Amino acid sequence: MIYLPHTDEDIFSMLQVLGVDNLDDLFSTLPEDCRFNGDLNLPEALSEWELNDHMSMLSDNMAVSPEYKVFLGAGSYEHFIPASVSYLLGRSEFVTSYTPYQPEMSQGTLQAIYEYQTLAARLLGMEVATASHYDGATALAEALLMAVRITKRKKVAISSLIHPLYRRVVQTYFEPTGYEVVELPYLNNGVTDATGLDEMNDLAAVAIQSPNFFGCIENLQVLGQKAHDKKILFVASFTEALAYGLLKNPGSQGADIVGGEGQSLGIPRSFGGPALGILASGKKHMRSLPGRLVGKTKDLDGKTGFVLTLATREQHIRREKATSNICTNNSLCALAAAMYLASVGGTGIRKLAQLNYDKAEYLKKELKKAGFTITFDSPTFNEFVVEFPFGFEATHKHLLEKKIIAGLCLAPYYPELANHYLLCVTETRSKNDMDALVREVKS
Amino acid sequence: MKESLGTTGLLINEPLLWEKGKKGRCGFSLPRRDVELCSLDEELIGEGPDFPDLSEVDVVRHYTRLAQWNFGVDTGMYPLGSCTMKYSPKINEKQASLPGFTGAHPLLPSVLSQGALKMMFEFEQYLNEITGMHATTLQPAAGAHGELTGMLIIYAFHKKQGSQRSKIIVPDTAHGTNPASVSLCGYRPVPVTSNEQGILSVEAIAEIMDQDTAGIMVTNPNTLGLFEENIQKIAEIVHAKGGLVYCDGANMNAVMGMVKMGDIGIDVMQLNLHKTFSTPHGGGGPGSGPVSVTKHLEPFLPVPRVVEENGTYILAENYPNSIGKISAFHGAFGVVIKAYSYIRSMGPENLKKASQLAVLNANYIKEMLKGTLHLPYDRPCMHECVFSDKHQAAQKIATLDMAKRLMDYGFHPPTVYFPLVVPGAIMVEPTETESKEDIDQFIEAFKAIVSEAKENPDMLHHAPKSCKVKRLDEVTAARKPCLAG
Amino acid sequence: MKEISEIHLPDDVRYAEDHEWARLEGNKVRVGLDDYAQDQLGDIVFVELPQVGDTFKQGEEFATVESVKAVCECYLPVSGKIIAVNTALEESPELVNNNPYGDGWFVEVNPGDLSEMENLMTHVACMEKLKGAE
Repeated sequence: MIYLPHTDEDIFSMLQVLGVDNLDDLFSTLPEDCRFNGDLNLPEALSEWELNDHMSMLSDNMAVSPEYKVFLGAGSYEHFIPASVSYLLGRSEFVTSYTPYQPEMSQGTLQAIYEYQTLAARLLGMEVATASHYDGATALAEALLMAVRITKRKKVAISSLIHPLYRRVVQTYFEPTGYEVVELPYLNNGVTDATGLDEMNDLAAVAIQSPNFFGCIENLQVLGQKAHDKKILFVASFTEALAYGLLKNPGSQGADIVGGEGQSLGIPRSFGGPALGILASGKKHMRSLPGRLVGKTKDLDGKTGFVLTLATREQHIRREKATSNICTNNSLCALAAAMYLASVGGTGIRKLAQLNYDKAEYLKKELKKAGFTITFDSPTFNEFVVEFPFGFEATHKHLLEKKIIAGLCLAPYYPELANHYLLCVTETRSKNDMDALVREVKS
Repeated sequence: MKESLGTTGLLINEPLLWEKGKKGRCGFSLPRRDVELCSLDEELIGEGPDFPDLSEVDVVRHYTRLAQWNFGVDTGMYPLGSCTMKYSPKINEKQASLPGFTGAHPLLPSVLSQGALKMMFEFEQYLNEITGMHATTLQPAAGAHGELTGMLIIYAFHKKQGSQRSKIIVPDTAHGTNPASVSLCGYRPVPVTSNEQGILSVEAIAEIMDQDTAGIMVTNPNTLGLFEENIQKIAEIVHAKGGLVYCDGANMNAVMGMVKMGDIGIDVMQLNLHKTFSTPHGGGGPGSGPVSVTKHLEPFLPVPRVVEENGTYILAENYPNSIGKISAFHGAFGVVIKAYSYIRSMGPENLKKASQLAVLNANYIKEMLKGTLHLPYDRPCMHECVFSDKHQAAQKIATLDMAKRLMDYGFHPPTVYFPLVVPGAIMVEPTETESKEDIDQFIEAFKAIVSEAKENPDMLHHAPKSCKVKRLDEVTAARKPCLAG
Repeated sequence: MKEISEIHLPDDVRYAEDHEWARLEGNKVRVGLDDYAQDQLGDIVFVELPQVGDTFKQGEEFATVESVKAVCECYLPVSGKIIAVNTALEESPELVNNNPYGDGWFVEVNPGDLSEMENLMTHVACMEKLKGAE
């Protein structure tokens, strides 16, 4: 077997050193009643060539670009990833190294993640970003738990326009804690209705996503002001990180903690994972942050170097009193994001974000011309909700056969919006794609 | 090979990203604009992030140089105990980058994602078979995430029974994620000491198990590399008082095909795909921590579940007792592909062989180094063995010094100062993918270092000297954290 | 790390089991961490102190001290209300290492019951205990 280098001679001479006759003798400490003496009922080994065939067959059975025109966002976005990024990410010194606990032989990972932390912090307008979390949903859940730890208050308010699956993850995390989660409703124009906050007491934090699940841009500044007037923490979330190439970032709008998703930044969708949880805060709260942090320092010769720091927050030192249980994070995904942002650049990200916005606006305009209603009149980024006629499910299904995925039906998440669909347009959809979509839904 | 592996390569200095570049450069091919420029309310527009502008050449040189400062499994032996740094087959990387997988949106209609769903369904079956459990979820994105999922399942189980309990028993040898996961779930971890053999004793558990204890969190084999021989009796005691047994399956690499956890009293466990199942560690992640459960805990698994109906696969949500969701979508799917490919490549016999050879390699190292280093538990180990720096105390050489000097010899150090029950612990886990020659070279290097400790201890105190940097000032890094540029 | 004989235990303070010290200064008590503890911990990187106005019972956790790789909980040697905290430790946690009985002090306490000082060890008893544990 190509990954098992031992020859029979190797095994024999090693067994001799151990004074035993065969490999089974090495398991003398396994009590007889704990042993499984049969064979594992698994398929026989495939050669590399058979494996290729098998996996290609599975992969071909998936609806993806360019064959399909997919107008889906909702927390997972199709963006172009430069060939250079995929290439660099294949370097095995990055891929096959471990967590940089031995910093002297991990300066590559450490400097790269320090750079990622910096770029993520700058993107969000915050002072400190962690070295990554699993995804936007868990980053948000950790942000809220962090707020509870800091304020010592046991209730959080979250907007109902935060991604429905994120809200479910938050509920799952909060279930055994005894902390309360209340949801804020939304207004007719597709943004959060925060008036209910006035009556709420003992809140640790309020969390808002912008752009929100409907794609609408929330007024973070007003919401942030409201939170601070009440002396509660303002938590901002996001699913489309690229938006901040164009829009005002949460830090500039008063966010205390930000927990969102970085998949748009050079990470393929991959059926939802691995993703990139981005978590950031001010320096004020840095010792309450969960997850790893890379810091800059000097070595014995005075040369600049990087090292994991503030480790006393983490599980391997603090154990049950740690800020979280997180150990393995999504480091390689953070590296991908840094490489992507380095490639796109400050000038480029603006242009790319603007292009996303313009493409979505074009589709909106064409749908309006074709007689459809855009459900919410708030400004959006690259996603928006459109109302399709009653019975559109049949059309939607028919379009799948034409290899067009015309958005996400909102009915399962917002029953009051039964015929409304969330459409997403990124720089990967051409004008022709959009014209084809409009033609098809019109007919 | 007579020369030492470690030497000095050509390591090129490379500044930080924002210290490079020039405004107007770009490393990204902007797509053709086929729509009009639209305006947006001034109030909403930000200044844009302060990022450098770099060309593709700038970016490629930057990361190529950084990569060269790193040591990975592909560079050399990485005997980190508890981490199972086995070789990551390249064919698995290829499968994970197939466009049908990378381009897939997680909310595609089931009918359009049959390839992914079939793979997930089959993979769950494989893990059920390997663990001897009944059902599996692939949603947790890392081992600790799986531990939390398991704790949430235990919590939900007791809640359904109407008996809310407050404690979980956690052995003193437990990995830090164990008590941390316990706390995240609102439980209080109750410590229990291992006995002189380094394993849990039945009496110790019997003494503390009560009706207020939700369960026990064991690691088997444990972090000393020893099989918890009393596990069945311990499970009986815990079950008798209505508790559940969680097993941290991080060390599964020792017993694949030889022990089925579901048959020895375990109710719920997580596996680490980035350990036992060869997916690469990525400098800290991503990983994947699937959780497998016995039949009576199946209703609590996160949703959606992949279900097979007449040869097609669907995602089912209708599980009213589910704990809910632990990830936004389906977990680390891109990592799961690699582990699936690994299991398909190895087949049942080679998985068992892998465990046998992992145990062979660890015992061989234990035998060959036990004269050189202090061995606190001189008995057969499983896939890892633990030494300490006791013999080097006279030379004022600590585990840390030996670890740093190993780098100059071309090896990544073993895990140090864990488990806590052994002061100055050195935990060595070679894995089965290290050949005899490489292991012999490692043994020689360690022996040479122990001799140096006697003859020239400063070589160790000032190590490493062959890496990009010397030892770093971690004290200032913690006193005056500089976490962003 | 120092030998036990090198540990400095001045005679003008009393010592708690967990190596906090307490010094009576007029009608208030000043509290800190003793030389043995700072030596064991190594370079101290962070000290988390309570707020002025907080009250604690004798033996209650009131502060934490961190080195790079360890965290140590500190327990108040006498009951009382915190009337001052050493804010200098925020910028310079190394004061605890360099001057544990002087500039490296943690808090000043308005004591609830001065007789509690009698429960604490003298420098002689503390040294005996350290030698015994060797």
